[in-house]
Amino acid sequence: MIDRKDVEHVARLGRLALTERELERMRGELAAILEYIEKLRAVNVEGVEPTSHAVPVVNVMREDEVEPPSDHEMMMGNAPDRSGEFFRVPRIIED
Amino acid sequence: MAGDLTRLTVHGLTEAYRGGEETPTRVVEAYLARIARLDGDLGAYLTVTGDTALAEARAAEARYRRHAARGPLDGVPVALKDVLCTVGVRTTCGSRILETFVPPYDATVVTRLRAAGAVLLGKTNMDEFAMGSSTEHSAFKPTRNPWDLARVPGGSSGGSAAAVAADLAAVALGTDTGGSIRQPAAFCGLVGFKPTYGRVSRYGLVAFASSLDQIGPLAKDVRDCALLLGVIAGHDRRDATSLTAPVPDYASALGGGARGLRIGVPREYFNEGVDPDVERSVRAAITVLRDLGATTTEISLPNTDYGIAVYYILAPAEASSNLARYDGVKYGLRVPGRDLIEMSGRTRAAGFGAEVKRRIMLGTYALSAGYYDAYYGRAQKVRTLVRRDFETAFANVDLIVAPTTPNVAFKHGEKEDPLAMYLNDVFTVPGNLAGIPAVSLRCGFSRDGLPIGLQLIGRPLEEATVLRAAYAYEQATPWLDRRPELP
Amino acid sequence: MSTWEIVIGLEVHAQLLTRSKMFCGCPTTFGAAPNTQTCPVCQGMPGVLPVVNRRAVEFGLRTALAFNCQINPSCRFARKHYYYPDMPKNYQISQYEEPLAEHGWLEIDRPDGTTRRIGIQRLHLEEDVGKLIHEGSLETAQASLVDFNRAGVPLMETVSKPELRSPEEAAEYLRAFRAVLVYLGVCDGNMEEGSLRCDANVSLRRPGAREFGTKVEIKNMNSFRNVQRALEFEVQRQARALEAGEAIVQETRLWDADRGYTRSMRSKEYAHDYRYFPEPDLVPLVLEPAGIEAIRATLRELPRARRQRFVSDYGLPAYDAAVLTQSRALAEYFESAVRAFPNPKVVSNWIMSELLREIPGDDERALQACRVTPEHLVGLLRLIENATISGKIAKDVFERMLRSGEAADTIVQREGLTQVADAGALSAIVDQVLAANPKPVEDYRRGKTAAAKALVGLVMKATQGKANPALVNQLLEEKLSDARGGRL
Repeated sequence: MIDRKDVEHVARLGRLALTERELERMRGELAAILEYIEKLRAVNVEGVEPTSHAVPVVNVMREDEVEPPSDHEMMMGNAPDRSGEFFRVPRIIED
Repeated sequence: MAGDLTRLTVHGLTEAYRGGEETPTRVVEAYLARIARLDGDLGAYLTVTGDTALAEARAAEARYRRHAARGPLDGVPVALKDVLCTVGVRTTCGSRILETFVPPYDATVVTRLRAAGAVLLGKTNMDEFAMGSSTEHSAFKPTRNPWDLARVPGGSSGGSAAAVAADLAAVALGTDTGGSIRQPAAFCGLVGFKPTYGRVSRYGLVAFASSLDQIGPLAKDVRDCALLLGVIAGHDRRDATSLTAPVPDYASALGGGARGLRIGVPREYFNEGVDPDVERSVRAAITVLRDLGATTTEISLPNTDYGIAVYYILAPAEASSNLARYDGVKYGLRVPGRDLIEMSGRTRAAGFGAEVKRRIMLGTYALSAGYYDAYYGRAQKVRTLVRRDFETAFANVDLIVAPTTPNVAFKHGEKEDPLAMYLNDVFTVPGNLAGIPAVSLRCGFSRDGLPIGLQLIGRPLEEATVLRAAYAYEQATPWLDRRPELP
Repeated sequence: MSTWEIVIGLEVHAQLLTRSKMFCGCPTTFGAAPNTQTCPVCQGMPGVLPVVNRRAVEFGLRTALAFNCQINPSCRFARKHYYYPDMPKNYQISQYEEPLAEHGWLEIDRPDGTTRRIGIQRLHLEEDVGKLIHEGSLETAQASLVDFNRAGVPLMETVSKPELRSPEEAAEYLRAFRAVLVYLGVCDGNMEEGSLRCDANVSLRRPGAREFGTKVEIKNMNSFRNVQRALEFEVQRQARALEAGEAIVQETRLWDADRGYTRSMRSKEYAHDYRYFPEPDLVPLVLEPAGIEAIRATLRELPRARRQRFVSDYGLPAYDAAVLTQSRALAEYFESAVRAFPNPKVVSNWIMSELLREIPGDDERALQACRVTPEHLVGLLRLIENATISGKIAKDVFERMLRSGEAADTIVQREGLTQVADAGALSAIVDQVLAANPKPVEDYRRGKTAAAKALVGLVMKATQGKANPALVNQLLEEKLSDARGGRL
């Protein structure tokens, strides 16, 4: 069963700064959904291959050809903060 | 007069253009006027691109004058779910985190629509990042069902469905990850088609669950649906999962009739959870199909009941990954913080709504160390079983017929519990898990006067068969005569 | 120290020499203005999809075959998740459970002349991340700047087995590894520019112990010398700690080349939980045996084999063979010259002393672009061989060839550098020199035979070095012996 510590851990992994209230509500909701999902335990999946793709396609590749890069200003146009040609982010402190 | 113009189907419009009775400019003006008048109540659109739409309409008009129309969509006003990237036009996905995002590129489907001469009216409302079944989870506003404003239009393509149902667009594109085209089509009484996975390029569709997402049409009738599908389908070198099989002429194959089709009726889709009005209408539709010369047999899709559980592991897991890029660095919202982790953590907490956060949490959990095999790995295996159910069934039948949803449109705020909302997708999710084509079309009305959806499911890449049966049914029934009462 | 067995494994990331990026068509060229070699795909815009670069896969296969790996019949890409602002999607498309290839080996030379096989655990493809520039140092910066030009460049990661037993051996492995990549033309091998990056896992254990000790990951070693220095430092550090009874902490440490030590990075992610899952936007690669064999057939001779062949077939000293096989371009230059001028040692001498003075022997591009082609070098050697020019003049001619790109005989003709080998013409010059320099002639007469050498020099000077030295000697000898006889 998912506990409060798991919820905090998952929020950190998912980079979500959740409030106390959100964490608590999330715990209850996730627990309910996970309980529903438990029904899959009843399925016998021995020897069953996993499906990652609904269509059986393989070996799709592109040739090594250069396409002109996109317009720089258009690519930077959505930047919340920039410095000249760079995207700018607040200082990086290791977790 | 304007009301009549917006009632025309795609094929009706282009006939009128070719005959010179109407012009794209007049039609687009009528649509823009109707949007201005009604959309305040309906909330179907997030962005209306009036000026460019008129410019595109004038260009289409010039082509008709020169007898150089580009095909069955030239001058046709189209609405796009706001999850499809449009160059220079903001694409929000119904989310605060992308409220200001202006894509530098067009989705492949948008490129194809433009090449076909379609007029882009605007971008429609949706559940945030396509996560939801009611369009109540849009960060900006809810969308209302044109048949009853107190009810939801379904979701997540609720804006596109409401727009077409209310004659605020001739036709629209939606996306379907677990039923997000078919369910709103059912709730709004439209034809909504989810093609085979890979039939339509996903390039430029902002990903929710990559292995399940497909783009498809929402239309007033089956012919319109076929015309739009024909324009957007086909291989795209930018999407490695797109299929290379040639695209048949769906519209010209519509007249083949239902005679000789073997139709399976899955036992599991007629359980006690299905609303009696829905069951009655779907059973009646099966009788109609039989009267049209199809044969019907009861079949079993034994793993149907596991669909939702599989889906609510796979889709959130993929979503947690797809949505990791929204971190306040490159585009969209940024909430300041003392350092990078604080900034991105706050940005995501403020930028995503409750349902999106819930799924990110669920998906992250399902993929995290120690849980992968129990959740994601197992779900992928059960997905194989669901797929095999269909393969087995399709060895003996050409089509499967079922209700699209267990219920008709519900009221705003009626489904507060996330799980109750999820269970609404029980009949649509298996089609996504198996990657097969499926359509929803109107097959009657509930006692409250709300449309009911009939679902036809086909073999991979057999869109034409699905459409043919749908068309035969549509032609044999009177349901399209009824329209929502709007001012 | 001797009481510990050193256990090192290397993880090498090589940028592949493709024209375009791993999953989009953006160019991979180095040094463009920030964020100008990007597109929606490599910048991780909403809605984009990756498509695999075929050449990157071929390069990976070529390398895997050269390292004697087993190619997996089916391989798949996976997403590796962690948040870092240089990674546009906050996941990296990599390979996890089903890499391109596994279970190979690379042979390295040991100082005692024997060789040793180092196991290669796996080889897989992935995409590079962008670059971060800190405003100030990482510790003091208030902000950092992001450049995504490098994001999406194809990387090949190769993980060795923990079978390297000393820092020297690790450096030797890396050298041999690099040589193969450069030879195959899949990577330029430039460690300073970061096209080849190396991380190491280091641990110590008692000799004979079955279990491995706690391993420490070392990063930021951007040259062969630094790899060896960093590993030497780390081995010492761990040995001291263990001998003091301390436990080794499993961690990542950064090599500080300026200060010459490794320091703890303080764990970057509080827990590495990459949440790998199969990349749903890409389909599996199913590698048909026929396709693999076709690539195997195109595999060129690897540097070690070529070096051995240079010794056995051309009779070159081991040293020459090693120098000449440092890059494919150089080895091919040599072989191409030897085919036309079958005197391997002479060709080798000229390449080592003259060509490599001008061009670094591992610079494939510069060698291929060299204006003195193997044919031109052969032309020059022929002029020496048939005594048209002297060896000394030939060195000047070589330099002119490098500058102008002309053939040797063109230069020699134009500049009139042909040796004076005409005995009549030379005889007159010798006579003039003898007449103008009575002192050395006198010395020679008195029995100072060394004076003859000075006279040779004077004749050479008078002919601006063009005289055939053998003929000068002969003429001088005749004339001086006459002189000694008193006939002058």
